[in-house]
Amino acid sequence: MPIPVLMPALSPTMEKGNLAKWLKSEGDKVRSGDVIAEIETDKATMEVEAADEGTLGRILVAEGTVDVPVNTPIAMILGEGEDAAALGAAAAAPAAPAAVAAPGERERVSPTVSSPAEAPVSDTVTMAAPAATAASAEPEVPPGTEMLTMTMREALRDAMAEEMRRDPDVFVMGEEVAEYQGAYKVTQGLLAEFGAARVIDTPITEHGFAGLGVGAALAGLKPIVEFMTFNFAMQAIDQIINSAAKTLYMSGGQMGCAIVFRGPNGAAARVGAQHSQDYSSWYSHIPGLTVIAPSTAADAKGLLKAAIRSPNPVVFLENEILYGHSFPVPRLDDFVLPIGRARVARAGDDVTIVAWSNGMSYALKAAEELASAGIAAEIIDLRTLRPLDTDSIVASVMKTGRCVVVEEGWQQSGVGAEIAARLIDRAFDYLDAPVMRVSGKDVPMPYAANLEKLALPSVGELVAAAKAVCYR
Amino acid sequence: MAKKKNRAPTTALANAGPNDDIGEETRRRLYEVQVIIREAEQRAFDLFLQNLVKGTSHLSLGQEAIAAGFAVAMRPSDLSFCTYRGHAHTLARGVPIEKVLGELMQRDNGLMRGKGGSMHLTSVEHGVMGSYAIIGAHLPIACGAALRAQYKGADDVSVCFFGDGTTNIGAFHEALNFAAVWKLPVVFVCENNLYMEYTPIGEVTAVAHPAADRASAYGLERIVIDGNDADAVYRVAQTAFARARAGEGPSLIECLTYRHSGHSRADPAKYRPEGELERWKERDPIKIYRERLIQFGFEETAIAAIEANVRRMVEDATATCKAAAPPAVEILFSDVYADGGWAWRN
Repeated sequence: MPIPVLMPALSPTMEKGNLAKWLKSEGDKVRSGDVIAEIETDKATMEVEAADEGTLGRILVAEGTVDVPVNTPIAMILGEGEDAAALGAAAAAPAAPAAVAAPGERERVSPTVSSPAEAPVSDTVTMAAPAATAASAEPEVPPGTEMLTMTMREALRDAMAEEMRRDPDVFVMGEEVAEYQGAYKVTQGLLAEFGAARVIDTPITEHGFAGLGVGAALAGLKPIVEFMTFNFAMQAIDQIINSAAKTLYMSGGQMGCAIVFRGPNGAAARVGAQHSQDYSSWYSHIPGLTVIAPSTAADAKGLLKAAIRSPNPVVFLENEILYGHSFPVPRLDDFVLPIGRARVARAGDDVTIVAWSNGMSYALKAAEELASAGIAAEIIDLRTLRPLDTDSIVASVMKTGRCVVVEEGWQQSGVGAEIAARLIDRAFDYLDAPVMRVSGKDVPMPYAANLEKLALPSVGELVAAAKAVCYR
Repeated sequence: MAKKKNRAPTTALANAGPNDDIGEETRRRLYEVQVIIREAEQRAFDLFLQNLVKGTSHLSLGQEAIAAGFAVAMRPSDLSFCTYRGHAHTLARGVPIEKVLGELMQRDNGLMRGKGGSMHLTSVEHGVMGSYAIIGAHLPIACGAALRAQYKGADDVSVCFFGDGTTNIGAFHEALNFAAVWKLPVVFVCENNLYMEYTPIGEVTAVAHPAADRASAYGLERIVIDGNDADAVYRVAQTAFARARAGEGPSLIECLTYRHSGHSRADPAKYRPEGELERWKERDPIKIYRERLIQFGFEETAIAAIEANVRRMVEDATATCKAAAPPAVEILFSDVYADGGWAWRN
């Protein structure tokens, strides 16, 4: 399939920029790392590199276009053997609804962009609105609910704002969350509405302010602690595990810790090994913690509200790449989702793909490719990693007999390893093939684009694994 | 009970001060709390030697005046945070001896029914908000509880006890900084017993007074007191609490003291120079305070009655705990999540 080149961001908070110049023309061969265009904002200019190898098939945003939103497809790169005809097919792809659409969904979600290109391919909006959970036939969104389009970033902010309006004991703290409104602008507008007593800028002290949050929670407040990224939370992991997760038990049930630790987890793009680690399996190892990792704005909103109301400590793993992506979110006064329930993001009978967070991006694209090869993949979006919705995975695998888990983190002791073990416990007789894992490679994250791409799971690897378990 | 009140001190006792700023009843309580800690901890050590207390425990023998002085100055709504050397601070807040010994002896009547042990003593109803066995972790936590008071407009104070070794870990500095920046109602109490586990604190610290000499870095007053004199501790606690309740922010107090026993368990503390322990035993806080009471007119019989009563409490608690059942096995799986259970539930 042709691969879109997206309008990049100069900073995590950039929302739009100008396409200053194209350095390659349609039909030019490009290799990973080639500079193909220049973009600019009022602050800086930046070169756009191709992340993929192929031919520059089509330029979607003309040189000189101003105010191009971040993540807008600006060009399409054709892979080996593809010709321009593939562009038409690709352009049609986003219009194809995902298999499980919300009942009564009114607005077909449009991509985030209003670019001059005709029907640009977007990797942002191919997911369905939240539908029935795997374990329950009850829809999470009442039929006929109006859907709004909003980014993951906005949905998270709205969840916090709604809960802060509802409960005066809820407050948010972290580095740059107040005056600067968040390093990734997730706390935008909160200081203005709630004031400095409830939106608190901390010094750079991950261990310190995580502990401060724990103490406030032990004493009865409901803190939301933002980590600029979970990579920095390794400094705070002692407080999260030893202080937050264990205290209820150690105190013989006297003292619990209602706190949310949230922030982006996992790899972003080109930020190297120390800023690109996936902590999904780390936190999901810990009894006493709840671990949530949503892939859509609707799930992010509904689950963050649930997390803030939870009497237990919650680790809420967001994803920097998903922050700017838009999704349909139900327009409801109080949209709260149940913690611990997976979602069937796409129904199918041939193979189960289990994913969460940004892993869902690979899963949804792979399912499209598999569909064109005649394989109907069922996608389970876990949404919560602890408690893990084993019932939903088992129910799906009993139907399909095959399972592939996609995980950006490393394989050893990973979530995929745990799922494989649980399937052996509970669905061994239903498995027609070994459970396969498509994971981050067993190396620290490299910096260079081509190496980073190889280190992460890919749609191609996922398609190959799904075909392999189907013996195709 | 002593009847003579307001009798001026007649000897040059260090930090004695005028009688009427503390008063007879408070002095009586300061002594009783110190004796409770001394007797209960000596019993805990005996039970350890009898193999009835397992694992590890860290005693405050010789440091009782600090726990007593602060606890007696606290209001019931004030919150204590302590380290794994926390028996003293737990007992000082009024937690029954049998609850503490029961926990150490792994009995169902223990404070946490055997789920926490010596290093995690917690009694929320007495304001004992946990004992933390990771050095430094509870300094930010105490600040968080203080933030709650500030946030709610309450005037309770969080009091955080720690040893000299804690002053070299990052959390100490992180917590002091934001406590000062936000003027949190928290009082940091460093019990400088001269040893970081088995190493003299001076050998691993850049300054002579590990806590007090860092105070100026956070805009705080340098405070060093005699931690073996319960009156001195009580007075400094009152001053610090008043400052915290008035919204003037944190205090950092270094209390000089000495650990009569080893760091933990049966550590014989052979690393201490000859004569050091004996010299400090001359300044045993309980010995000092017993003399103080006599100075202020307490009758010997009244003092002996306090001591006899505490010994009887310890005997009764020991008997109760020896007769108590071990924790019910069903509780292995309770209290992992807030619904009281093990598996997470919506």
